[in-house]
Amino acid sequence: MQFILNDELIDDNTLPSDFTALRYLREKRGLTGTKEGCGSGDCGACTLLVGALEDGELRYSTLNSCITPIQSLAGKHIVSVEYLSKAGELHPAQQAMVTHHGSQCGFCTPGFVLSLAGLYENAQRAEQSIDREAVCDAISGNLCRCTGYRPIIDAGLSMSDMASSVEPFTELMSQNNQVKTQLESLQKEPKHSRNYLQPTDLEQLAQALKANPAATLIAGGTDLMLENTQRYRDFDTLIDVSCVAELKQLHVAETTLTIGASVTYSELEAFSKTQYPQMNALLSRIASRQIRNRGTIGGNVANASPIADLPPLLLAFDADIQLLKNDGSTRAVNIADFYLGYKQTQLAKDEMIASFDVSLDKLAQFHRFYKVSKRMEDDISSAMLAVRFAVDNGELTDVRLAFGGMAATPIRGRKAEAALTGKRINDEHALNQAIEALRSELTPMSDMRASAAYRLDMACNLIRKAWLELNGTDVVTFSGHAVSDSILSTGLEASTHA
Amino acid sequence: MRKLPQDFAISSQKGLLPIHESAIKHVTGQAIYIDDMPEWPNELHVATGLSTEAHADIVSINLDKVRAYPGVVDVIVQADIPGDPDVSPVLSGDLMLAGNFVHYIGQPIFAVAATSLRAAKQAVRLAEIVYQPREATLHPRQSLERQEFVLPTHTIQCGNATEAMAAAPRRIKSDLYIKGQEHFYLEGQISVAVPNEDGGVQVFASSQHPAEVQKLVARVLGLPVAQVLVEVRRMGGGFGGKESQAAVLGCTAAVLAVRNGCPVKYRMPRQDDMVQTGKRHDFWNSYQVGFSDEGEILAAEYDMVGKCGCTADLSDGVVDRAMFHADNAYFLPNARISGYRGKTHTVSNTAFRGFGGPKGVLLAENVIEEIACAVGKDALDIRKLNCYQAGKDTTPYGQKVDDDVLLTLMEELEASSDYRARRQAINAFNKQSPFLKKGLALTPVKFGISFTSKHLNQGGALLHVYTDGSVHVSHGGTEMGQGLYTKVAQIVAKAFGIDYQRVNVGSTRTDKVPNASPTAASAGTDLNGMAALDAAMTIKGRLQEFAMEHFAIAADAFAIEDDQVILGSETMGFPEFIKLAYMNRVSLSSTGFYKTPKIGYDRKAAKGRPFLYYANGAAVAEVIVDTFTGEYKVTQVDILHDVGDSINADIDIGQIEGAFVQGMGWLTSEELSWDDKGRITTNSPANYKIPTSADIPEKFTVKLFDRANSEESVYRSKAVGEPPLMLGISVWCALKDACASVADHKFSPPLAVPATPEAVYYAMQAAQNHKAGMNGEVAKEASL
Repeated sequence: MQFILNDELIDDNTLPSDFTALRYLREKRGLTGTKEGCGSGDCGACTLLVGALEDGELRYSTLNSCITPIQSLAGKHIVSVEYLSKAGELHPAQQAMVTHHGSQCGFCTPGFVLSLAGLYENAQRAEQSIDREAVCDAISGNLCRCTGYRPIIDAGLSMSDMASSVEPFTELMSQNNQVKTQLESLQKEPKHSRNYLQPTDLEQLAQALKANPAATLIAGGTDLMLENTQRYRDFDTLIDVSCVAELKQLHVAETTLTIGASVTYSELEAFSKTQYPQMNALLSRIASRQIRNRGTIGGNVANASPIADLPPLLLAFDADIQLLKNDGSTRAVNIADFYLGYKQTQLAKDEMIASFDVSLDKLAQFHRFYKVSKRMEDDISSAMLAVRFAVDNGELTDVRLAFGGMAATPIRGRKAEAALTGKRINDEHALNQAIEALRSELTPMSDMRASAAYRLDMACNLIRKAWLELNGTDVVTFSGHAVSDSILSTGLEASTHA
Repeated sequence: MRKLPQDFAISSQKGLLPIHESAIKHVTGQAIYIDDMPEWPNELHVATGLSTEAHADIVSINLDKVRAYPGVVDVIVQADIPGDPDVSPVLSGDLMLAGNFVHYIGQPIFAVAATSLRAAKQAVRLAEIVYQPREATLHPRQSLERQEFVLPTHTIQCGNATEAMAAAPRRIKSDLYIKGQEHFYLEGQISVAVPNEDGGVQVFASSQHPAEVQKLVARVLGLPVAQVLVEVRRMGGGFGGKESQAAVLGCTAAVLAVRNGCPVKYRMPRQDDMVQTGKRHDFWNSYQVGFSDEGEILAAEYDMVGKCGCTADLSDGVVDRAMFHADNAYFLPNARISGYRGKTHTVSNTAFRGFGGPKGVLLAENVIEEIACAVGKDALDIRKLNCYQAGKDTTPYGQKVDDDVLLTLMEELEASSDYRARRQAINAFNKQSPFLKKGLALTPVKFGISFTSKHLNQGGALLHVYTDGSVHVSHGGTEMGQGLYTKVAQIVAKAFGIDYQRVNVGSTRTDKVPNASPTAASAGTDLNGMAALDAAMTIKGRLQEFAMEHFAIAADAFAIEDDQVILGSETMGFPEFIKLAYMNRVSLSSTGFYKTPKIGYDRKAAKGRPFLYYANGAAVAEVIVDTFTGEYKVTQVDILHDVGDSINADIDIGQIEGAFVQGMGWLTSEELSWDDKGRITTNSPANYKIPTSADIPEKFTVKLFDRANSEESVYRSKAVGEPPLMLGISVWCALKDACASVADHKFSPPLAVPATPEAVYYAMQAAQNHKAGMNGEVAKEASL
């Protein structure tokens, strides 16, 4: 198993399959700049910058090293905080943090520095300027308990000035031709240890499964690894499906959008940015940047959590799930039939999710996703609604109301759907009947995130909100971003009138 | 002659305030926290086995499987502790390991030392413990009903509250349940103990109170205190959570280290930390307030029940401080304030930035919001009307508020934040916006500075000057990110008249400064800065004496300014002068000491002057709420805060912003939750949500109120750590204001704490229902 750690090529086949990158750095390399704040991917103190070759280019993104197996980073370039400053000269992210008093206790600081450094490097490459939204996005998975963030945001906004005012600093990426060459050669002849397999196509995957029938599958590991770090479970062999080319497909064919199971949230977020803004907005509310860089769509669905955010979205579009059996055979299951009970699905022991097929026609219909949680960034939904209305001639011809947090599984409000189907879009009586129906068919529970009563009220209110939107009424839904001036002055979205 | 060291270079940095002394180490990852220290090959790691019952007798404990687990080296129970198992900071009842009785879920019963933390954690799960459960008290309301208290009730009175209440034209009677808060310091609790050759031990602790760790380690080991050395270089955040509750880690590690003759590390993984350590107290406050038709408070009767948990810990001081701050900025001519120390079978709650104060201040501000709606006035007018001012200047406990900072500061902020115009604009907005509602609030804070335990108001320092002109200062305060080391170095540099870069602040060690107070009560700089100043002035006095004799100059001909020593008409570099002093056998080392003057509180009479002075501030917050869901955004915050003559404005502003956001988090997204068995269900950052960068307003300004401390504090500065936390209350009040707008401000709906979207949604619903039920009639609900 080989990778580059800062400027050192590492070859190590002695590690347990589930040994985290954080532990590797701290315990095996003495690189203690990377901290453990929570061990569950929620605080960002362990953030690393990882470079990977994509289409011949080195691309860097952040991740939570506390829940990332080090072996999943084979063939990649790991950058820790120790690498950023050279001969006493600080990286612009570091200098900006110093100049703006961005650290107090300092424990979260290396994580912030890497998130900001990644933002800086990517902006430099794309020749883009950095705005507040970009900074908050980059540090959405970094918690600071001391500063209140204002100086850190200011630091993020001023990194470019630092670059010119400090001695000219050669950017990480441009100085990394050597790294690139090394990674290219690692990619040509990838080496894996016996306990962590990282197949790159279906054929290799099939072989790996055949040879290791008891192995556990891992993709981003953002949930699975909590078993390891929070419940102290030891895994034997892990088969990593995150690099299987066929599972990474993300494309539009004639009538269908296909999303591979190993597509990450960040990849789908970028893909949906221009074409599917509603989907993009929901994705930006899921977890943090670090988690979205690792977590996969397949994982979110297969995990079968009743409070996952993508199952309602896929339910709203009647997505088909392509299941792949270890013997190579496939079958399709509609997502509406996929969930059987709490944390139970149609997946057989020897099956995995290969991809999701979403009809382009349905994607073109009116749809909205609403996520309610205690905190805007990096929080799990208290309540979630995905809605799709097909309209023909002022009539609702097809209605999907899909919920998270309302039952033991992601669930559709079928009675409510029926109450609206075939009615005029502005039939408020039908809406009220649908809401009435919802109250009988949803069975939310109370927990630390919300009460059952609130969840049910949200289901009803969000349908009303969607219905108002459908009928052209201006409503506003908050996000992690600042509220725009037009909303602040009028209560209305300027963009909806544009 | 032996060579003296060479001088070192001082870079020119004039005009700039020093940055945090560790800033560059922070950003490069070079700052060393305890878990970053190299491990010895034979180092062991600790995990503890925890009670799964809230209140129970232990019938039997079988640890055979734990002992047999691979990697486990030692397992101890209470009987294995050589000294006293009680690790309470003040009173008694906090046990390092439980004996045959447990009183909260998460209480440690046994400790395992293993070759890795992972092995230790895996092993503890194999314990077989049989309990005989008892009935548990889980809510402060139950504590009051059952009269179960960890300490006696205390009452403060002024005037005659009963008579004034009966005579008041209008009254409000209600209650407010205020939930606590998890500290969520980014560095979890940790200690490393290393046995020494004399049977003693050195402990590296992440603690705000190394002297107490030292004392308790000595107690559990049955050793003289002098055999224990505790060192704290820095913490990755403390916020009060490492004031008393860091000690048990040091004690457990020390016992295991001495037993096994090897270094032992005890680091709590985040979930253990969130389950096992105390938090900010919940408070159940019931109140009755009598007021005039103009909204002037005439009488107040407050019953404040703190959820102390299973033991006293620091709760006496916490509940006292809540009571001392139930007036906040407002004159209460007739008041009875009773503070109850409710005992519950939950983890013992502890210090948290503000130390009870926030629970008093929030009560006071809630009362103001409700009076404002009752009398149909803007809440700011009610605030100004009731604010301490000439003739209305004595607190219920008898201390005078003898400067006019509060009202001046509020009025300055009212003007600079354009409060009145914004209120108009918000009213207009709310009228025409069906789905979004805005809220606005300007809330002040007046926070008493001094420990309410008088003896803690002392500071110590040890200062050395070396022959190259470099200065080393050590003091009793600890660095948790608040910039104390930086400020003390600045104070020493200023006292000497030398460049800041000559001063090095060493880590906090119990063998340098003994018996130090905790770094708490915002008093770190006040106490330790003064002690360091005292030490510096002692040495400077010796230098002056030497100069007068050596150069035959008058006393006033000697000075040190801008890093130069002035000797009559001559000047000399500081290093050169120090070398000369050394060659002439001048002592270049001194201790320093400070005790806060003027303070004293007569507990029997419930009168006195507990505080040397007050730190003041005010904040204006504006919010916008989505009525469909109760979701909201804080859109603008403006703060004006009083730090006296600031020693380091960058650091002070950092403290104010950070405290504000922490206070805002407490009142918005951070919600502690417990099940009906007494188990905490918010045990991880996955379900306990502190603010992120997206939660702070883009428009966020902080200005320092320009006035020196009227008391003789260190360079006339004021304490800053805790007071601005309570500025976060402006956000809660703004949310309440937005909810009240739904009922045209004729009714201030109860708003739960924290004001999660769910809480705001239901407060809006209450306002809506109220309006619907009123049929346009004028509200009279608030008065009896």
